[in-house]
Amino acid sequence: MSARDEILGRIRGAVGPAPAVPPVPRDYDVSGGHITEPMELLADRLRDYAATVFTCAPADLDERLADITRGWRVAVPAQARFAVPGAVRDDPPLPYSDLDAVDAVLTGCAAACADTGTIALDAGPDQGRRALTLIPDRHVCVVHADQVVRSVPELVRRLDPHRPLTFISGPSATSDIELNRVEGVHGPRSLIVVLVDPVGSGSGRR
Amino acid sequence: MNPLHGIEPFPVAARKALADKQLRRNLGHATATIRDKRARVVAEVPDWEELRRAGEAIKAATMARLDEHLIELEKQVTARGGRVHWARDAAEANRIVTELVQATGAREVVKVKSMATQEIGLNEALEAAGIAAVETDLAELIVQLGHDRPSHILVPAIHRNRTEIRDIFLREMSGVDPDLTDDPRQLAMAARAHLRAKFLTAKVAVSGANFAVAETGTIAVVESEGNGRMCLTLPETLITVMGIEKVVPQWTDLEVFLQLLPRSSTGERMNPYTSTWTGVTPGDGPQEFHLVLLDNGRTSVLADEVGRSALHCIRCSACLNVCPVYERTGGHAYGSVYPGPIGAILSPQLTGIKNNASLPYASTLCGACYDVCPVRIDIPTILVHLRAQAPAPAAEAVAMAGVAWAMAGPRRFRFAEFLLRLGRLLGRRGRIRRLPPPLSAWTASRDLPVPAAQTFRQWWRSARRPQ
Repeated sequence: MSARDEILGRIRGAVGPAPAVPPVPRDYDVSGGHITEPMELLADRLRDYAATVFTCAPADLDERLADITRGWRVAVPAQARFAVPGAVRDDPPLPYSDLDAVDAVLTGCAAACADTGTIALDAGPDQGRRALTLIPDRHVCVVHADQVVRSVPELVRRLDPHRPLTFISGPSATSDIELNRVEGVHGPRSLIVVLVDPVGSGSGRR
Repeated sequence: MNPLHGIEPFPVAARKALADKQLRRNLGHATATIRDKRARVVAEVPDWEELRRAGEAIKAATMARLDEHLIELEKQVTARGGRVHWARDAAEANRIVTELVQATGAREVVKVKSMATQEIGLNEALEAAGIAAVETDLAELIVQLGHDRPSHILVPAIHRNRTEIRDIFLREMSGVDPDLTDDPRQLAMAARAHLRAKFLTAKVAVSGANFAVAETGTIAVVESEGNGRMCLTLPETLITVMGIEKVVPQWTDLEVFLQLLPRSSTGERMNPYTSTWTGVTPGDGPQEFHLVLLDNGRTSVLADEVGRSALHCIRCSACLNVCPVYERTGGHAYGSVYPGPIGAILSPQLTGIKNNASLPYASTLCGACYDVCPVRIDIPTILVHLRAQAPAPAAEAVAMAGVAWAMAGPRRFRFAEFLLRLGRLLGRRGRIRRLPPPLSAWTASRDLPVPAAQTFRQWWRSARRPQ
């Protein structure tokens, strides 16, 4: 008998011919209704993880990105619709050693969750393949207001599981030494988030 | 050596661990830190109890139809370009992984921290085949470089403090800065430098899985450092070994577990990185993906109606951090890669109770583990259930036979009371500290109050006597 058939047979023997399937109560909060200012909360949460957060109006985005990345060698996704002066496109795909040598990568995102300060990437055109946002030491990520949801359930439901997804909550970190959090291990050691907010966008770093 | 049980029974190993003052200091500090962090971030979730109940029910519902979910998972992973393998036990899983690595020609694999591969002793099996397995999680690296064993599910080097870690790095890490201090940041940067070249050149990675979604074929790995992303993204071949109980039916089930797991494990609102992938994505990540579905005793656990909820565990390790026994003995005393309260119910069920008979007793039954468990596993009830199956110690059998005899009739009971009162002679200052064999087994780690001078029945007679 194949291992597959044997394991499936063992499972059927273990649970019996008509196992009761308990109903799943889904009365937890799906919409995060108690969160009133998601953009504010997202910025707070990100900063709590030691990410750097800037806010700007849509019209000021290009200038802001140029300011942030001035003097850096920046990689951008192959099909990105944005760029900063001197940016290197990931087209054809850059070798890992080149990605390791750039100063930063600049991308957009698929969605972001205020409650947990989480940014989701789905390898869309403005994000590129996963290696691009992993190897460079700095990740500059642009988040638009209409991409921000309140809760984790809203975030999960907005994403397509068939795409490769990366959920990012702050820069790389470890708690493996005496359970003290140290930011910056193998992933990008700096996460810089630019929140683009058409309403009430202040200027500068918050 | 079997990674699921030790050479010594728990009480013997625990006694040695308790004598290690450095170990107790390290553990006390670490568990207190993580307990506080967890309590703070759990308190800020208004629907925590609803999430726990949903998590519990999703797992129970999954187990009831586990065969169907695994078949669906296999179908979806295969449809998206992955290959699925089934392994009845550790030896079969190790053989499958070894052959897959050999087929690529690689002599080295990078590894994401994974309980399943520790449980089957994969690193040792690969080494026997001439393949080096490099652990890339910082704590696993500390354990591997220190030729040590993991002592915690989440933080395997929790028993080491920063100075000990610095010493291990100086001794074992090639090319390390000899002026390395014990500052955690410097230690983390040394690990980054050590592993960077390996990540960028690795051809094969081996990982575990936190969740696998049946309806979409999506695998999820939850991590902090980015070593997981490196392994899951950069090599050409990815081999994922997962226990069959890690499957969940729907994509939206992750919305529950991605809230429960990070807050319960590291005490963070969300862990820094979670990666999910479905089969193979052209031009992005490994172009060859293998999923190994592992039984290795899980179907026997599933057959026990009381004990099966041990399979609901999402490996957060909150139960270890709150356990008064774990906090004092540490993980090595349990002898299994699954220590602490969850290990005390999971390990004996995976190996068969005979091979881990002392573990169900490695608890005070205080219930703190049940209170913090994000999927509400009733660990104390399962401990008691397993104690009933474990071969009873000789002293306990003698004592119980004596009690059964004495309680069979009023005259026998009176005689027993008389004997008990003689026990007053063994006491000093109101306590009995040592009993003769075989009862010495009880007093080896406990004392007793001396019996009262007057029995209840004597008091009843005298109190009711007319004045």
